[in-house]
Amino acid sequence: MTRVAILRYPGTWSERDFQHALSLVPDVESDILWHEDADLAGYDAAIVPGGFTYGDYVRAGAIAKISPATRELRRFAEAGKLVLGSCNGFQILCEAGLLPGALVRNRGLEFRCDWIHMRVERDDTPWTTGLRGAVLRMPIAHGEGCWVADDATLADVESRGQVVFRYTDARGGATAAANPNGSLANIAGVCNEGRNVVGLMPHPERCSEALLGGTDGYRVLANLAPALAGTPVAIYR
Amino acid sequence: MTYVATIRVLPKSEVRDPQGEAIRGALRSLGLAVSDVRTGKEIVVTFEAASEVAARDAVRLMGTELLANPVIEDYAYELKEGAAV
Repeated sequence: MTRVAILRYPGTWSERDFQHALSLVPDVESDILWHEDADLAGYDAAIVPGGFTYGDYVRAGAIAKISPATRELRRFAEAGKLVLGSCNGFQILCEAGLLPGALVRNRGLEFRCDWIHMRVERDDTPWTTGLRGAVLRMPIAHGEGCWVADDATLADVESRGQVVFRYTDARGGATAAANPNGSLANIAGVCNEGRNVVGLMPHPERCSEALLGGTDGYRVLANLAPALAGTPVAIYR
Repeated sequence: MTYVATIRVLPKSEVRDPQGEAIRGALRSLGLAVSDVRTGKEIVVTFEAASEVAARDAVRLMGTELLANPVIEDYAYELKEGAAV
């Protein structure tokens, strides 16, 4: 059994979607933990869901960064446990310095609510085992998803293989037209150097069953199932 | 001692500021010869500190830990003694 903690801050809104999506994965159980008393002892993985924590005041994810849950998350990540941040969760992980770069206002200023394609660049993270080269289709819903970093950081992230997901067209071409928010190098998701912490702007929890229009999110979350880790799965297709 | 810090946060010069670009376009549509606009925010904090040195340390902590993200933003501040007007 894999035990997953789903963190809830004031303004988090995707925690129940994640819990539902994880209920579809065999041998995974999840709990939603309030940020003020989140104790991650005994958990194998933690998820920081999307939302608008603290109303995006100061910057998206900035106030959540100094919550007790984020300090706990830092210890958890340093212990090598699995962490996934989606959308506002990705913004929080970048603000907290657990992931490189920062997420700023979309180029063009539009809030983008759409389905995108992204190519899995790395399968050596625990969240993407067996998915290298796969083109996943997932929903996005964000106004501040433009991933930026200075030139040196971008070069490091690329050379260390920390780009996990890149926006592409349906055939896997990383074109400018396929980039929904102006992210540098079409980056949709990155990992830390230890590869146990992954963040992405798209929403795997919103595309984990056919009823919702897609199952590619399940292919990411299913990596949490002990029996399925390492096997590309498509049982809901 | 009560201090008032006025902290101004702006995107780093190499970071694109799409909000500033939108404002530039709008100001140009007023017929003005506007070449560049940068947007940021000003935050006024009233707080207690034992001395001016301690107050400046506190403002730097505010700036680096919360008010500005050093990846994308710079900040500057002015510090005054006494309550805000």
